[in-house]
This record gives sequence, C-alpha cells and structure tokens, in this order.
Amino acid sequence: MSTLQIEIQLIAVVVAAACALPGVFLVLRRMALMSDAISHAILLGIVLAFFITEDLSSPLLILGAAAMGVLTVTLVELIVRTRLVKEDAAIGLVFPVLFSIGVILISKFAGNVHLDTDAVLLGELAFAPFDRLVVFGADLGPRALYLMGSILVLNLLFIIIFYKELKLATFDAGLAAALGFVPLVIHYVLMGLVSITAVGAFDVVGSILVVALMIAPPATAYLLTDRLARLIGLSVLFGALSAIGGYWLARGLDASIAGAMATMAGVIFGLVYLLAPDRGLIAIARRRRRQRWEFAQTMLTIHLLNHEGTLEAVRESRVEHLREHMRWDMTFARRVVRYAEQHGLLRDEGGSLILTDEGRSLAQRAVVT
Amino acid sequence: MNLFDLFSDYTLRTVALGAGVLGLVSGALGGYAVLRKQALLGDAVSHAALPGIALAFMLTGSKAPLVLVLGAAIAGWLATLLVISIVKTTRIKDDSALGLLLSVFFGFGLMLLTFIQRTPDAAKAGLDKFLFGQAATLLASDVLTMSVLGLIVLALVALLWKEFKLLTFDPAFGASLGFRMRFLDVALTTLIVVAIVVGLQTVGVVLMSAMIVAPASAARQWTDRLAVMIGLAGLFGALAGVSGAVISSSTTQLPTGPTIVLSISVLVFFSLCLAPNRGLVWSWARRQRNKRQLRVDSVLGDLFTLAQQHRDANHAHSISVLRAMNAGRGGVKRSLDEMRRLGWVQQVNGHEYALTQLGRAEAEKKMSQSEV
Repeated sequence: MSTLQIEIQLIAVVVAAACALPGVFLVLRRMALMSDAISHAILLGIVLAFFITEDLSSPLLILGAAAMGVLTVTLVELIVRTRLVKEDAAIGLVFPVLFSIGVILISKFAGNVHLDTDAVLLGELAFAPFDRLVVFGADLGPRALYLMGSILVLNLLFIIIFYKELKLATFDAGLAAALGFVPLVIHYVLMGLVSITAVGAFDVVGSILVVALMIAPPATAYLLTDRLARLIGLSVLFGALSAIGGYWLARGLDASIAGAMATMAGVIFGLVYLLAPDRGLIAIARRRRRQRWEFAQTMLTIHLLNHEGTLEAVRESRVEHLREHMRWDMTFARRVVRYAEQHGLLRDEGGSLILTDEGRSLAQRAVVT
Repeated sequence: MNLFDLFSDYTLRTVALGAGVLGLVSGALGGYAVLRKQALLGDAVSHAALPGIALAFMLTGSKAPLVLVLGAAIAGWLATLLVISIVKTTRIKDDSALGLLLSVFFGFGLMLLTFIQRTPDAAKAGLDKFLFGQAATLLASDVLTMSVLGLIVLALVALLWKEFKLLTFDPAFGASLGFRMRFLDVALTTLIVVAIVVGLQTVGVVLMSAMIVAPASAARQWTDRLAVMIGLAGLFGALAGVSGAVISSSTTQLPTGPTIVLSISVLVFFSLCLAPNRGLVWSWARRQRNKRQLRVDSVLGDLFTLAQQHRDANHAHSISVLRAMNAGRGGVKRSLDEMRRLGWVQQVNGHEYALTQLGRAEAEKKMSQSEV
C-alpha cells in the first residue's frame, strides 16, 4: 500500500469512529433522524459563515455549522411543543427549509467559488489527503486527519468524562432530572457534538453518509449486546470495518469511497441482522421452530397424562387419534411423537403411546404453571 | 414575467404543470403518511430510490422516465418493507431503522452512480438530476407520464377511500369488519412510494420528503375531516408547486426544487399561526382572554369579601387595598375598568370602588358555582 492509500484509510477510520461515538446515543435516545436533519441543515450554517469570512478553510465555518445544528434541534423542539404536529413531521418540516435556503444561497451568490452542493452532499474522500497541514514549511500530514482526529478526541473525552451522566440521561431521564443532572443540558451538548462531528465529516464523506456512519454501526452493535460500554466499542469497530471495507470496495469498482463505506456499513448490518446470536433473524427463526416443537410435545404429554389409567386410555393414546384430538395432521403428529421420544418423554409401544416418568413430570409441571 | 407567460411559454408551462401535478399527488398521499405517523417514510423512500434508478439504468441502458420511476419505486418499496421488518423483528426503533435504510441505500445508490459515471458511456449524464431535481429539464412527455401515474394513484385512493380511512384511524376495527388490513397497509404504502418517486425528477431525493410532510401538516391545521384534509393537502401541494416553478423561472439562478419547498414552508408557517381554532395566534389570544377573565374574577371576589366583612355593604374600597389583596397578580386597574364597563362596580371619589347590585349578584353566582 502506498502512503496515499494508508492516509485515506486512516482518515476514513477516524471519521467512522468519530461518527459512531455520538451515534450510539442518537440510536439509544430514539433520535437517529436528528442526525439526518442536522447533517442537512449545517449546509446553511456553512454558507452563512462563508459569506462572513469568505474563506472556506476558516474554523468559523465549523462554528457556524454547529450553531445551525443546534438551531435545528431547537426549532424542531419548538414546533413539537406547540403540539400542532408530531415530532417526526416537525423534523421533516424544519430541515428541508434550512437546506433549501442553503442551496438557494449557494446557487445565487456563490456560483463561482468551490462550494457546490454536490460536494456537500457527496464529499470526496479521495481528495482529502491532498489538503496538507503545513506548519512552518513542514508537512505534518492531511488536514482532514487532524480535524477529524480532534473531533474524535473531543467526542471520546465527552463520553468518558460524562459517562455516568449520559448513561442516566439516556436510560432514565426522569431519574437524571430528579438527581439534578439536568438532562436537557446533556441533550444540547450531545446535539452540539453531533453537529460538530457532522460538519467535520461532511467535508470528507458528504452529509447523507454522515448519517450512515452515525446510525448503521450503533444499530448493528445494538443487535449484539446489552452493555453500553460494549455497545460503544462495537460501534467503533463496525464503523472502522465499514471504512476499510468501503475503501477497498470503492477501489475495486472505481466508485465513490463514501458511497462504498455506507454500502459496507449496510452489508455488515445485514450480516449481523441475519446471523446475530439471540437477536438475528436465523436465531429467531430457529427459536420459533424449537418452541413450536416443544409446545407440541408438552401438549402431547398433557394429553396422555389426562387419560392415563382411564378407560379411554387405549383409544386416546393411539398416534392416529391425535389428528382428531389435537387437529394435527399425521406427518406432524408422527414428528412430534418422534421428537418427544428422542427427549425420553414417552415410549411408542406398537402405536400406543406410554408416558415415561420424565414425560409425566413435564406434563404435571406444565399444568401447574 | 406575467401571468400570460404561464400559458404561452412552453418550458414554463411544462415545468409549472409538472410541479403542480407533483404537489397535488404528493400532498394528497402525504396526508395519509402524516396521519399514520410515517412522515419521515417519505425521506427514507426518496433516498432509497436512488439505487433503484441507477440499477434500472444499468440493467436496461434506458433513461425513459417510466423505467427509472419503476426502478425507483421497487427500491423505495423494498426499503420500506425492510424498515418495517427490522422494527418488527429487532429492538431497533423506527427512527434508527429509517435512518439506517435511508443512508445505506443512498450510499449504495451513490456508489452505483459514480460507477456508472466512470464508465465511458455518454448516456450516463442526467442521472444525477435525481439528486437535486431539475424541473427545468422536464419535457411534456415527462409531465404526461407523471400525470397518468398521479391520476392512477389518486383514482385508487378514491376507490379505496373507506378502507384507507379505516386503516388510518382504526385498523383493529377494520380487521374486525373483515377488511384485509395487511393488504391495505401494503397497498397504501405502495401508493405513497409511487407518489414519491413520481416527484423525484422535479425536486430531487433530498427535498422530496418535504413535499410529503409539509402540505399535509399545513392542511391538518385547518380541518378535522379526512376528506377536507386530503383535498387541502393536494391543493396546497399543487399551489406550492406552481408558484415555486413560476418564482424560480422569473428570477435568475433560483433552483426550482428548493423554491417549491420554501413556498410550501411559507404555507405551513401561515397555517400553523393562523388556522382557525388550532392556530398559534388564536390559541395565544384565547389564553390572554382567559387570563383577563381570571383576573377580573379574582378582583370581583376580593371586593365581595370586603363588602361582606364591612358593616356597610355599599362602602367603597380604595384601589390600593385591592392591589394588596391581589397579591401581585397585576392588572387590578384594568380589571376594575372592565367591571365598571359591565356595570358590576361603581367608582366613588376618584379611586375608590364599590360593588353594585349587579356586581354582588354576579359575585354570588360565581361563588356558588365554585362551591359546587
């Protein structure tokens, strides 16, 4: 690998990690779509700040964009508080307006500067390493790496320092308020961080893929663990995997790296969604099937227990009778009998089913509970 | 630029007509999306449509609107079903599922688009107009396709009116009546998807969600009846579409999609503020009136208490006494003026007030009401 390739991947991994950190809390707090709103609305912030500074590399752009992100959140909450529209509709009302104003300002007044909407939406990671940070003539590496590195550190520090507060405000806002932790402040600081991260990252991966990197890795990790610390760790891991996988996918196809990163994030989610132990689709389907057999076998033992030692016992314990009594078809009934036999719950003596001690105790337990 | 141009200028007429049709269809269908709390489904579907457009082009090599719209609809529909199944089978909530599908599908579409653009094929150009929409490139044939699709969608809504109403407000009741709610759910979602992809070429994937949410949110403020709301939403959408197209064509360098979105947002703003009953201005005025009423009642009560404690019931009391009793709630003078206008008090020697016969009766009535 050339230095260029390593640098691109390094930037990609740092961006993915920086996005995944606040993303975890967005997913947990059911505010995932706020990242969508913020990442669109920051365009207006960038444009306005650019009109003031007339410099695309000014740090003021980041501040302007972050302020716009917080403004978006505030506007959404104001509209929700009127109770005239629901929260999702409020999000859907606010960000298109801000984004539209941004697009109009760009096309009307900034037509000849390097600030076009395509770049904002799509980003171009492949060019990021060419923008070097040069201090006193010394080349220190790509500027994006330093920018996103600082944002990553900022996010990390915030989560480490306020871990307890974040956890409490996320899972039990009422208790957090009662204990005096002011969940509202945590909320706004978090939204500010989401905005700053989105601004830093949009330059590299574009605004909509910021959403992919914020939501997909935490959503994937959420299928695998119940512990917050592990959730954060896994999210960063999945983000980094999407970044590196996406880079090589894009190289193979000669396509947009950012798009490929989002695609990889989706592929990883898909795999985990299918294969996750306990919560994956396959695990769920297998559990359902097992429950179906277990339920049927329990029903069978109860049925046999009911008639054990009575006059009808001979008739009731025939396999063929199950079709009438349980409304099972013959193949299913035979399979249930075999399943129960394998588990040592009954014996099949010439078509007549006899409960074992184990089967009897299972039936008794099932009836009692 | 005048109204005459709207009928004579071919491009403007086409664009305005296209934007109007788009607004009408997405507004009407958006009504259902908003009522069913699926407002952001539009956002997800429009973003998710991108890979469908790219794949449809890659597979057929055609840029015919019908082919691309079909691809978009299939992709958008698939994304919707995935969102629903993820929410149903995992503990991931709908917001995360929407965000996930929206961004991943969009990213995938973007990857395909860049892949197409780097292949040496001249026909590739024009696919990226779906990103932001280019109403100016609409042809009469595009508008015809949009209108036919839109007409089919609206006709189906009219045909299944009762069923969709049940689905929106009380699906459990509908199921108990023997309607196949699962099927209707998928049918309505499909119609919403079609309404969204029809508009993509005009306003683009990013802003299409606004065309679903905004007209319906505006219309919701004016009425509590479904038929009126759907009709109004369609009307608002069409109005915003036509006016956005006209405004953007009369000004240089004003992109159509964002202008349409801003037009509809202005409508939303006015509806939120001014709609009868629900409007913010009216509810504010109502609150002020209630506050004033409460203040008048409290001063009346105070005067009544004083009159009862005094030997002479008609003795006038100074306003400063009333102010002291009022405990800082304020507006004592204004309340007294109001009561004098109603004939409940009379002013004696400048700034002393006494209850009149009428005022005493009113106070007694209010006292007995509050005791009940």
